[in-house]
Amino acid sequence: MILSILVNEGPYTHQASDSAYQFAAAALAKGHEIFRVFFYHDGVNNGTRLTTPPQDDRNIVSRWSKLGEEHKLDLVVCVAAAQRRGIVDEGEARRNGKDATNLAPGFRISGLGQLIEAGIQSDRTVTFGD
Amino acid sequence: MTTKKFMIVNRKAPYGTVYALESLEVVLIGAAFEQDVSLAFMDDGVYQLKKGHQTKGIGMKAFEKTYGALEDYDVTKLYVDQESMAARGLTPEDLCVPVEMMPRADLGKLMEDQDVVLSF
Amino acid sequence: MLHIVNKSPLERPSLDTVLQAGADGAILLIEDGVYAATRGNAVEDRLKKAMGTLKVYALGPDLDARGVADRLTEGVTVVGYDGFVDLVAEYKTNQSWL
Repeated sequence: MILSILVNEGPYTHQASDSAYQFAAAALAKGHEIFRVFFYHDGVNNGTRLTTPPQDDRNIVSRWSKLGEEHKLDLVVCVAAAQRRGIVDEGEARRNGKDATNLAPGFRISGLGQLIEAGIQSDRTVTFGD
Repeated sequence: MTTKKFMIVNRKAPYGTVYALESLEVVLIGAAFEQDVSLAFMDDGVYQLKKGHQTKGIGMKAFEKTYGALEDYDVTKLYVDQESMAARGLTPEDLCVPVEMMPRADLGKLMEDQDVVLSF
Repeated sequence: MLHIVNKSPLERPSLDTVLQAGADGAILLIEDGVYAATRGNAVEDRLKKAMGTLKVYALGPDLDARGVADRLTEGVTVVGYDGFVDLVAEYKTNQSWL
């Protein structure tokens, strides 16, 4: 089955991102395909490579990057939500005159249409949020 | 393109959190993708439609007008949960747009009929 | 359809709204939603009553994390994340009552 996941909360404050990750890992282990993981609202903060959690804590961002790399996942950060919250890739930095980028490996920034497309292309879309 | 039934369920009040505003953006994009988009308002989500938002004092942009403009995007299915309205002392006259009032159980059935339910 | 509830029933009305709106199908309690599946919780009777028409599941890892796995309300089925995936696959539509 083809699944997509919507993550509406950032890491560390709400359990949403953790639950979404555990769900994604379980779905992949069962042989399902994940069409896309879409990060919206504060969920875009899952895509900053500048997080530095304590060593004995999970690294939510790099965990997504790693799962993405292993399973060729399409990890998409909503552009409008990202601009509001300062999640920047090279293209965005250039367009908006920013002096740095922080998008984590394996993530890409794109429009909200990607969420609608995920809903269209997937058999199921599951939302995690607050 | 495939057309699917998308229902956007709004259960949170406006301004206190960003969900109401960003959910509207999903509605507009869904309409742009020519999907069968409907909106449901339940629990504190019905406060999103309360007319007369004056946001100058809190320094935030009011988005009440967007609900009125949904019709221009062919988004005409706005369902409001009757029980949620009653619990908040609201009647359809208090709302900024015409909506279809629906008993909770009927709204539940309508949800079952959707392809994608996005909840904010 | 599958109703996913992640809020404690004493914090937000999500579960009660589902119990009134959900005609049939299943409820999956996750995150803080699992407190609804514990004995003595104020919603216990309402949840048990709903079991006539709705199947009720609770996510085991969330029960364990909160130290309430031993207080499970009778009739609630415990599932892991793999069971969560199976439920999503089983029901054509799902909604997270955020």
